[in-house]
Amino acid sequence: MSQVYDITLKIAYLYESPAAASHTLLRMLPRNLPEQQLLYGVVTTNPAPDYRLDAIDFFGNPTTEVSHEQRLSEIEFLFEGRVLRHGPAGGLDLSCALASLPREVAQIQSIAPDSPHHFLGASPRLPAEPEIAAFARSCVEPGMSALAAAEAVSLALHEAFDFDPEATEVTTTPIEAFRARRGVCQDISHVMITALRALGIPAGYVSGFLRTIPPKGQERLEGADAMHAWVRAWCGGETGWVEFDPTNAIRAGTDHVTVAVGRDYSDVAPAKGSLRSEGSHETTHQVDVVPI
Amino acid sequence: MAPDMLSRLLAGYSPLTGVADELKRPDGSLRPVWEPLMRYLSEQSAETLARAFARGDQYLHDTGVYFRQYTGTGSTLRDWPLSHVPVVIGETEWAGLADGIAQRAELLERVMADLYGPGNLVRDGFLPADLVAQNPEWLRPVVNIRPRSGKFLHFLAFEIGRSPDGSWFVLGDRTQAPSGAGFSLENRMASSRVFHDLFPKANVERLAGFFRSFRDAMNGLRDDPEGRVAILTPGQHTDTYYEHAYIARYLGFSLLECEDLKVQDGKLSVRTINGPEPVSVLWRRLDSRFADPLELDETSALGTPGMVSALRAGAMDMVNCLGSGVLEARALMAFLPRICEHLMGAPLRLPNIATWWCGQPNERAYVLNNLERMMIGPAQSTKLPFDIDATTALGGKFRGTAHTSVAEWIEREGASLVGQEAVTLSTTPAMIDGKLVPRPMVVRVFAARTPEGWAVMPGGYARIGRSGDPTALAMQAGGSVADVWVMADQPVAPDTLRKTPAGPFLRRLPGLLPARAADNLYWLGRYVERAEGGVRVLRAYHLRLEEYGRRTVPLVDSLGQFLDNFGLDPEEPIPGALLGQFDAAVTCASKVRDRFSTDGWNALNDLSATAHDLATRVQHGDDAARAMGVLLRKTAGFSGLVHDNMFRFLGWRFLTLGRALERADQIAAVLAAFAGPEVPAGGFDAAVEIGDSVMTHRRRYTVETNRDTVIDLLALDRDNPRSMLFQLDRLREEETRLAGLAGMPQLGEASRHILRLQTALAVATPEETTTERLGELRAELAAISEALTAQYLS
Repeated sequence: MSQVYDITLKIAYLYESPAAASHTLLRMLPRNLPEQQLLYGVVTTNPAPDYRLDAIDFFGNPTTEVSHEQRLSEIEFLFEGRVLRHGPAGGLDLSCALASLPREVAQIQSIAPDSPHHFLGASPRLPAEPEIAAFARSCVEPGMSALAAAEAVSLALHEAFDFDPEATEVTTTPIEAFRARRGVCQDISHVMITALRALGIPAGYVSGFLRTIPPKGQERLEGADAMHAWVRAWCGGETGWVEFDPTNAIRAGTDHVTVAVGRDYSDVAPAKGSLRSEGSHETTHQVDVVPI
Repeated sequence: MAPDMLSRLLAGYSPLTGVADELKRPDGSLRPVWEPLMRYLSEQSAETLARAFARGDQYLHDTGVYFRQYTGTGSTLRDWPLSHVPVVIGETEWAGLADGIAQRAELLERVMADLYGPGNLVRDGFLPADLVAQNPEWLRPVVNIRPRSGKFLHFLAFEIGRSPDGSWFVLGDRTQAPSGAGFSLENRMASSRVFHDLFPKANVERLAGFFRSFRDAMNGLRDDPEGRVAILTPGQHTDTYYEHAYIARYLGFSLLECEDLKVQDGKLSVRTINGPEPVSVLWRRLDSRFADPLELDETSALGTPGMVSALRAGAMDMVNCLGSGVLEARALMAFLPRICEHLMGAPLRLPNIATWWCGQPNERAYVLNNLERMMIGPAQSTKLPFDIDATTALGGKFRGTAHTSVAEWIEREGASLVGQEAVTLSTTPAMIDGKLVPRPMVVRVFAARTPEGWAVMPGGYARIGRSGDPTALAMQAGGSVADVWVMADQPVAPDTLRKTPAGPFLRRLPGLLPARAADNLYWLGRYVERAEGGVRVLRAYHLRLEEYGRRTVPLVDSLGQFLDNFGLDPEEPIPGALLGQFDAAVTCASKVRDRFSTDGWNALNDLSATAHDLATRVQHGDDAARAMGVLLRKTAGFSGLVHDNMFRFLGWRFLTLGRALERADQIAAVLAAFAGPEVPAGGFDAAVEIGDSVMTHRRRYTVETNRDTVIDLLALDRDNPRSMLFQLDRLREEETRLAGLAGMPQLGEASRHILRLQTALAVATPEETTTERLGELRAELAAISEALTAQYLS
């Protein structure tokens, strides 16, 4: 099973007082992966930048660095393109027991980008949180496989959380969202990553898209009108990385299109900017994922 | 005679047994290398010695060497704690030590090249993957960057100590942005003054050659001869800012903050008053992760967006490359001995403190079985072993109450912990209450990469423990610092940095003025002048208050009202807002200390301190008037230093612009208030007095003060330094030069504004210069300030 999408992502900033000399790092171009291909597509900015450099970051995500020298009161970043997405492999749970995961991790003598070692312990936005760790332990049972444990945490978080775009902001910490049991995909994913790491399961953050209009007879998924986020968990040397969407209590599949992966949001933010502006600014995100 | 004095000096000096001592051998005899210094000390009377020590302290005080100490509530500046007796090390022993340092520096270079390159050390089992992946200083965006020069490390420091068996070992590798080299220079300046008659003939290795090699090496890293070398500092609030400013002045490099830098078209440049200028080499004194909010710590307010990208593109070389902090983690030291055998094909010549990473079962067990002689702390910590806190266990006990059982802690969190041997340091003599006593010490030594290999500074920065306790713990509470003398057997040639002829780069340096520095100098000028203006009005006010008492006199009320309009509360003899202006001036100056003479800096601080001191005790009336006189004289002292002694660098011009503009504005305000049609009796005289032109007025006009004479003298007289037109002439002259240097083809915005106002004043008559017109002139001055800011200062 596979699916082709036409995708548009538009991020716009509106400044109260014109901002001088901005420098922005974009991660908006979907990745090429075994399960998905970028058929075509480009990232553009309006107005056109004075400098542009396309590159690949440590984790293999495409980046676009742009700078604008003139003062701007408005700036827009746009991705338009077509992506082919294959369904998940599925099949039996061949992952190792949760208890033997540390040994499996230790056997990976690598600091290459796909090594699980990057995805344990604290990362810039995700310190260890004893409360979340306790929650994680309450989700698992002795003898569980790593995959089953990750799945259990994903489902438990889906149960516990109310999807609520009003409750949190992009800077909300996972512990705040966890205590409120409210938030959006970013919050739930951050909490799940924190929980999995507390269990010794290497876990990372995936940013991407979700199809906007559901297939006939199916419900519309949460998170489809903005960029989406979900979680990847490393379930042992044999199974490798498995992706969970705790916001919708499903595995990532043909409905998901990956843009970037990292340890947490700070590694994958679609637009990281810096500008010297005095006043406030307004940001809008617009996403369209149309199945072809 | 002399031998007796020497033995008397040394008689009371008794090191602990089982501890190495720098001065005495285990059998109690004096080490020969110390003999000249000890003999010299023994020959001085107590008074001579006290005077000698005071000479060193005075030098440090006069140069303004200070140390910012952080406490729970904030930070304070404290005096430089010099222990006057230097540490003496013989040149043969030093040569062996320097060999070990050079090997270690090269080893660290190779480890870094691997961690940011192929990652073979992890793949081949020499380093655990999680230790690297969990290291917050291992910066993923730097992975696969190859520095333009091919080398990651260029300037390193090593904290070393001496074991009881007499051998040296490393307590910590300082690879991030090591400080202390500049402070050791200052210690050297001070100790050469303390021992001014001994030092020249004492065969002490000079430090200047090391700095010259390093400076030349940095210049050599430039990709083209026009490129610049600069020092990047986090700014004046960092504890070692003094050193950054000092070393920048000493080496002749610009001192920049991230705000001064911008990345444009993938190249790094500095915002100067003439627009962006390329920077080719950065000596980074800022921790890596703060350097770029786009790719590194996104919360950093200190960084320059695009810095990593510029480094990746080879647009500059960095000393040291971003990410070098990864080598400072304590846990790395557990693996370096084996890595050295592997990468260098030889054992470590200079071992480090014995370290066990508790993430491995055998090592964990060893630590658990030897808790009594272990310091246990965070594996990723970059602190030195003696910088311990509540999360450190020593001798099986916790320093704080963070955990209950050490054994349980190690079992549970082993991978994040290391055990380090609780080492004993050597002792060195310190002079306390006229007696030599043994104190524990560590020495920071410095290594710089040069085209001929690693150069090791022949000397160092010694830290001396507060108590006699020879465990590393004694170093924790601070203590004092000392110079390190490497003594040659042969006489050494005196040397200074200055003897080499300046290359083309050094000669064109004055042209580089970062916009931020210019802005601070401009505002320094404005604040000092504004304060002076306030002081003059306050003096006029208090003189009249003294004369009339508290009776209601219109002029006194007007003066009070005038002060009030400027935010100076006449109810306070020395208003808080005035002190605020002095403080603001000092703050501006402190941000450009590398461009300031020591005398100018001291004069300004003295002025501010005096104002604060007077504010605590001065009364209304005559007392306050006299206090204002003191402040005016001190301001004149500062201005004199600036005017007569400061080289006419570009920076000086901005200081002058600030002063001229502020003074013109002050005069206009005074004239608007005291030379109008409805001025209270005595107002004209007050204006002339505030304008410091009483004598001139008397000589120049045969009549009593009246509106026309006052306006003529204070607004339109080209020869009166207290007149607006005089200040406009200054503005015009200085700005014209700036514009000329910038190669502006036609009049810029600032030039046009200044020319217009200058012309208007030149042709104006006193009658036309009404109160309303004075208001317009002030608005014009504000427009000039805005134009200057837009054109040069942002």
